[in-house]
Amino acid sequence: MGNKQTIFTDEQLDAYQVRDSLVCIFTFFLHCSLHGRYHELAPHLVPMDYTNDPDVKVPLALIVNMPELKENPFRNRIVESFSEDGQGNLSFNDFVDMFSVLSEMAPRELKAIYAFKIYDFNVDNYICKEDLEKTLNRLTKEELTPEEVNLVCEKAIEEADLDGDNKLSFADFENMISRAPDFLR
Amino acid sequence: RSLQLEERKPSQQIAQRRVRKRRRLRKVRRRVRKSREEEERKQHVQRRRLSSSSDDNSEDESMSEGEMARLKEEVEEKKKLIATLRNKPWRMKRRLKCLKEAQAFVEKFEGALGKGKGRRLYAFKVMMTKKIIKFNRDFENFKTACIPWESRIKEVESHFGSSVASYFIFLRWMYGLNLVLFGFVFGLVVIPEVLMGMPYGSLARKTVPREEQDSAMDFSVLFEFGGYCKYSIMFYGYYNNQRSIGLLQFRLPLSYLLVGVGIFGYSLMVVIRTMARNANEGGDGAEEGTFTFCWKLFTSWDYLIGNPETADNKFASTTTSFKESIVDEQENLKDENIHLRRFLRILANLLILCCLGGSGYLIYYVVKRSQGFAKKDRNELTWLQKNEVEIVMSLLGLVCPPLFEVIAELEDYHPRIALKWQLARIFALFLGNLYTFLFALFDEVNSKLENEKEIKNATIWALKEYYTNYTLYNNVTENIPPPNISPADVIRGPCWETEVGIEFVKLTVSDIQVTYLTILIGDFLRAVIVRFLNYCWCWDLEAGFPSYAEFDISGNVLGLIFNQGMIWMGAFYAPGLVGINVLRLLSSMYYQCWAVMACNVPHERVFKASRSNNFYMGLLLLVLFLSLMPVIYSIMTLPPSFDCGPFSGKDKMYDVIMETIEKDLPPFMADIFSYASNPGLIIPAVLLMVLAIYYLNAVSKAYQNANLDLKRKMQMQRDEEKNRRNNKDSTNQVMKDLEDLMPNKSLIPPPSAEETEIPADQLRKSPKVTGKPGAAATGKGVHVQKDVSLAAANPRAPVTRPPGPRPPGPLPGNARGPPPGQGMGRGRGGPPPRR
Repeated sequence: MGNKQTIFTDEQLDAYQVRDSLVCIFTFFLHCSLHGRYHELAPHLVPMDYTNDPDVKVPLALIVNMPELKENPFRNRIVESFSEDGQGNLSFNDFVDMFSVLSEMAPRELKAIYAFKIYDFNVDNYICKEDLEKTLNRLTKEELTPEEVNLVCEKAIEEADLDGDNKLSFADFENMISRAPDFLR
Repeated sequence: RSLQLEERKPSQQIAQRRVRKRRRLRKVRRRVRKSREEEERKQHVQRRRLSSSSDDNSEDESMSEGEMARLKEEVEEKKKLIATLRNKPWRMKRRLKCLKEAQAFVEKFEGALGKGKGRRLYAFKVMMTKKIIKFNRDFENFKTACIPWESRIKEVESHFGSSVASYFIFLRWMYGLNLVLFGFVFGLVVIPEVLMGMPYGSLARKTVPREEQDSAMDFSVLFEFGGYCKYSIMFYGYYNNQRSIGLLQFRLPLSYLLVGVGIFGYSLMVVIRTMARNANEGGDGAEEGTFTFCWKLFTSWDYLIGNPETADNKFASTTTSFKESIVDEQENLKDENIHLRRFLRILANLLILCCLGGSGYLIYYVVKRSQGFAKKDRNELTWLQKNEVEIVMSLLGLVCPPLFEVIAELEDYHPRIALKWQLARIFALFLGNLYTFLFALFDEVNSKLENEKEIKNATIWALKEYYTNYTLYNNVTENIPPPNISPADVIRGPCWETEVGIEFVKLTVSDIQVTYLTILIGDFLRAVIVRFLNYCWCWDLEAGFPSYAEFDISGNVLGLIFNQGMIWMGAFYAPGLVGINVLRLLSSMYYQCWAVMACNVPHERVFKASRSNNFYMGLLLLVLFLSLMPVIYSIMTLPPSFDCGPFSGKDKMYDVIMETIEKDLPPFMADIFSYASNPGLIIPAVLLMVLAIYYLNAVSKAYQNANLDLKRKMQMQRDEEKNRRNNKDSTNQVMKDLEDLMPNKSLIPPPSAEETEIPADQLRKSPKVTGKPGAAATGKGVHVQKDVSLAAANPRAPVTRPPGPRPPGPLPGNARGPPPGQGMGRGRGGPPPRR
């Protein structure tokens, strides 16, 4: 991208590029352009030279302004679920991770796992009714009345909850989402 | 156990999981360390041995056989770990660390596994495998970077959503298919004829007849594919029937026939492969109604949307979709006048049938008229009369679908069903038009065949006359040289195949023109008008009528499918048609991408494209079969023209194959083919296939039944769990009834015992109850002073004894029982009032 040169050691490139397709994004160029994108988010913060594995994190506020994420109602949750500290500050590794899972070539199971994390707002490993309410409100920009929201959330739990604890564990979620015909994006 | 898990706090679970993972990692590390130590020991020993005695392999083996096996196993394990590392939801850092460890391990010990002399070979093999893997990966990268138009399509996708983008992906797929077909036709038919066949002007079939030579270069003539165009490689008639041409003895007629059939074979294979791939990705698809709300909640957002306008539309459509589902859920079927509705639907269907019939008749009439026109002198005809057929067909394709939509308003269907009806009707329209056109064409072909017989007789007669004259004047009866007429003057037969080819090419070209013009006028001009006239118009053009156009996905996809059908039909008679189509698809891609971005607005109801993929592929398959039939029919039954094309002079076109089998292949092949085409063999084979289909059908039905059974069992189990969880007492109606029927125990324990039991009872229940959000904790403290409800009548209370004499004070039925409202937690009926 442009004439900037990003610097990695060969070893790092190999590891990223992967002997056996570790990351789901394949191309060398795409990867370097990924680093270019990362650098563009915070030029003063992100060094061009990664040979020493610097420990740099880009804060949440800068990442959610990326054009791919800007319109997404769940952008905050997405970034938070890929960050190590849960606050949304992504290191380059996390950044690559995020794009890898969001890409088209990620396997379905992996996407299901991360989708679960994204929709779990209170990070308790269950999607409870409040999580569903928050999801719905974000999806419809709060256009539905509270009774409607209530009804939808209850129907959703009733449909998918298999072990009867009134919230969705990962097993429930995975069972439901694996049958969905639309779930790949 | 499940109860216990539920009661632990989630953080504890995470901690437990971490501990378990750590233990696993520790085990792996221990194993690695052990094997490393062992390997060092072994190497040490080997070195010592090697230094002392060189080829002492047997001793090596006997010592480290078991260790080698174990080491190999571990190396395999590591390799598997590396392969599946991508699917693990770990953090990047951890994955990288694991990868490095595993790779180091594998590298270190893989080489050591080779024994002695075989060691070098093993190491070489390993190195080659690695190189091949790297090469494969690089190739994959390259392929991904090479996908054409990817950025363009992604841009459209982010603006318009995935459904519009799916049209462009379909277009790109078609382009790939046509490119391959073009490669076949061009490489195996056109190029050999051009390079190794006779040039233009050498034969009668390759030359413009003398009468037409003046006008052969006129633009109007060329535009209708007459003149020089007609006698060029584009059409069937140009190809020579010489059995083998050129230095390489290339058998052109055989190649022509095989390519013609091979086009269909290849297309069939590709379409079915794509359908199978789409079906696989569909997953095991639960039924439509099972997870409606969940799916709406979790999968309605299209993560590829990057444009604020589209995002707004997506929000609005999601909201609408939710509201619809809510209404559906709560609906009371207002059955208005069902008779009126039925009557209206029948009326609508009648009207549409009339439309379809009318359009079919119109096309037939127009084709007949054009045959009449063809007999007249071309200069007397107006442009309208010359192109009547194509104009009429295109107009019908433009006018009828909106007409169908208007009529469909009468029917008042659910929008999804209405869309399906609409697509089916448009499909029937196109099909009807195409087949009427074909029938009219075949009528013409038959009349041409009649005509041909006359001309053939005339030519033979002329030849005989020439010979007799020659003998008369030169007194020679043998070895008469053939008449020295220039190719332009030879009497020509009507050559029906070329005519058919010309018709198809004209149809395709006019279809292209109409499509492009529609986009230009319907989309672009409309957008320009709305944009600029808006300043000086009374009402808001952008919001009201006509506003900007939306991209009509289904219309465009159907158009593409039918265009492909025409190509398939016409490719046999006009090899140049495939080339035209390739150019058309290429330009269409750029043109439509531009038009969509510049003139269209995103749909109001942004919907997903996923399910429809196989639907369009199915349509394509159907069209493929329907376009295969006329071609096969003409190959099998119609006699080829006697003086043009690669099959001239034969009785039937497939005689080429017979000839090849007889003359070119070894004799036993001819025997095999004649046995294979024996009806005695074919009929049993067909019977066998029918039986196989029947058997597979039965097996699949059995699987479906088993599936349903399992689903039902799962559902039952689910309900049981829920019942058990929410209300321990009433699991089974039968059990309850049995309990009620238990004998009357008059030995009633004193009320005090009863009351002490009650708190214990409540205590037992309360942890469960507090688990439910929103439900008030009915601990001991709650004394619901309800009206007297006789304890026996309360179905929720555990019936352990019949009601005894009531002690003074709060009634047992009230104090003990959790209020009846709790039972509703099962979720049946409407939302419980508590919440």
